[in-house]
Amino acid sequence: MTLLESRNLGVGYRIPGTGLFSAARMLPIVHDLSLTLDPGRTLGVVGESGCGKSTLGRALLRLIVPSDGQVLWQGEDMATIPDLRRRRAEMQIIFQDPVAALDPRMTLAKIVSRPLATFEPNLSRKDARARAVQALEQVGLSADFADRFPHELSGGQAQRVGIARAIVGRPKLIICDEPVSALDVSIQAQVINLLMELQEKMGLALVFISHNLAVVRHISHDVMVMCLGRVVEQAPRSEFYARPLHPYSQALMDAVPEPDPRREKGRVGTALAGELPSVLNPPPGCVFASRCPKATDLCRQTRPELRTVAPGRQAACHFIEA
Amino acid sequence: MSVDVLSRETAPPPSASTLRLQFRRFRKNHLAMASVWLLALIVLGCFFGPYAFPFTGEDADFDFISAPAHFQWPHLFGTDEFGRDLLVRVLEGGQVSLTIGFLGALVAGVIGVLYGAVAGFVGGRADGLMMRAVEILYGFPYVILVILLSLLFGGGNLALFAAIVFTLWLTPAVIVRAQAQSLARREFIEAARAGGMTGRQIVLEHIVPNCMSVVIVYGSLLVPEVILSESFLSFLGIGIKEPQASWGNLISSGTSAMDSDLRLLLLPGVLLALVLLCLNFIADGLRDAFDPNDR
Ligand SMILES: Nc1ncnc2c1ncn2[C@@H]1O[C@H](COP(=O)(O)OP(=O)(O)OP(=O)(O)O)[C@@H](O)[C@H]1O
Ligand code: SF4
Ligand SMILES: [Mg+2]
Repeated sequence: MTLLESRNLGVGYRIPGTGLFSAARMLPIVHDLSLTLDPGRTLGVVGESGCGKSTLGRALLRLIVPSDGQVLWQGEDMATIPDLRRRRAEMQIIFQDPVAALDPRMTLAKIVSRPLATFEPNLSRKDARARAVQALEQVGLSADFADRFPHELSGGQAQRVGIARAIVGRPKLIICDEPVSALDVSIQAQVINLLMELQEKMGLALVFISHNLAVVRHISHDVMVMCLGRVVEQAPRSEFYARPLHPYSQALMDAVPEPDPRREKGRVGTALAGELPSVLNPPPGCVFASRCPKATDLCRQTRPELRTVAPGRQAACHFIEA
Repeated sequence: MSVDVLSRETAPPPSASTLRLQFRRFRKNHLAMASVWLLALIVLGCFFGPYAFPFTGEDADFDFISAPAHFQWPHLFGTDEFGRDLLVRVLEGGQVSLTIGFLGALVAGVIGVLYGAVAGFVGGRADGLMMRAVEILYGFPYVILVILLSLLFGGGNLALFAAIVFTLWLTPAVIVRAQAQSLARREFIEAARAGGMTGRQIVLEHIVPNCMSVVIVYGSLLVPEVILSESFLSFLGIGIKEPQASWGNLISSGTSAMDSDLRLLLLPGVLLALVLLCLNFIADGLRDAFDPNDR
């Protein structure tokens, strides 16, 4: 059965009005986004900075309440799951800034074991701590880390603690929101490999958000490309990397400097020429029209629908011949 | 690709928690530590000193009316115009002033911290309304508020206490709210929600503890503020009423006798000044030790 599914998901932020009594406005970020994820699989989500990847990741876990559409967890609408708080054990998230993701006033044992107080309230304090230590060991941190504080950790160690906290409740899904982009290149591979190892052992599904196409290629089964809050291309990994179909995906690929690993920290978007449309004032036509080399008047006026362009592949562009 | 589980990372030698480091830093501040000791001495003196005398501060000794300070047993600093022992009255007045000071700061602090933490964490319209309420209360004239509350509570110490708390919780609320707002954006709060914590648990377990540095520093400034406003109100005659003593009303009656007998003003005045100085040095020391800007 499908683990996670979103149907025409729309997510926005409430922008407070300027005065006390002026109405709040909704700033839409993610539009009409549908995806499915099967157990044990990894969906890579790529896109430029600010295109709404983190917003999507949080909405998939209902940490932000979607403004439109549905998210289904194992076929159940998340909006109506009773006692979702406890069910959150099954769906976890890790973050881009691994140090900011840890409460500086708590020991690592406390940080990692705290979710168990909610997820498994009958667990004794001692058992919860034992589980936390076990989770720390699973991510490669020895038990003597348990009573340390976050400020004593390196970035890579902090991200491991974040992963330990995510797996301590034995989840089925982890949303990884750019989990390695703040880390040194040498550490990045360790963390990625740790995630893949845990995926294999625990049968985890991952949503792997990144702006780094090389990392996404390494870890993902399927790839989804986002531009300005919309999916522009979705494909199995090897097909996608063999031949990206959407002009935006092609531009992202071209922007990746091949083997130089130090450049991987740079955002993909930086090499894309042209003006990025503002989320406040989205274009009526194709989201990529202002920067697309193939753009025509049709592109600027009519938004291309996401359609199947090849077996298992979808893209949103007027001019793709399968 | 191979996975390096075998190279398990071992922890570096332990270091203390930030809070412990901060207190360690505070203990190195000699002026602040001396203030702590002096303050402790004054507090102990006020609360236990009066037991050493065979009378209370409200007992009149008609053999010694307005006796001068001759440093002889039993009236070491002499008596006032009713024959009451000055030193004992000042010590007992200190009990009142210090109790109101610390208790008032504690209550105002707790209210302010919780209010600010909730406002900053919840954000949005609720936060806007909560902070607008604070602004309105800020604008409320203090003395009028005290008079209103005295009417409401029928006067007395409770009205005074309520009035002091009522005005002084506002600033900690504003300070904590700013801190809570920036904390609420940190990812560990998001992680806490992903971990199934309720908003209430997040405020109490994550937001409030992380505001502690600010609260400790500001709280130490709040104590002298409360003592000062108690003294000020008692000085004006709307605080602690005779025959009960407080430093404020002692200073007030000392001032009216200033021309003939300075000692009635000096003894409570000097003690109050010492306590305020100590508290300010302690607050300074705490700020130096806790200020997140120079960590
Ligand atoms: N709390 C918020 N309130 C209002 N707008 C927000 C909020 N969070 C994000 N945004 C806006 O939503 C848009 C998408 O943000 P999001 O963080 O989802 O992008 P992203 O793809 O994750 O970018 P990055 O690669 O930089 O992490 C941005 O324009 C951002 O300014
Ligand atoms: S629809 Fe037009 S503008 Fe959009 S990607 Fe395709 S060719 Fe470019
Ligand atoms: Mg992001």
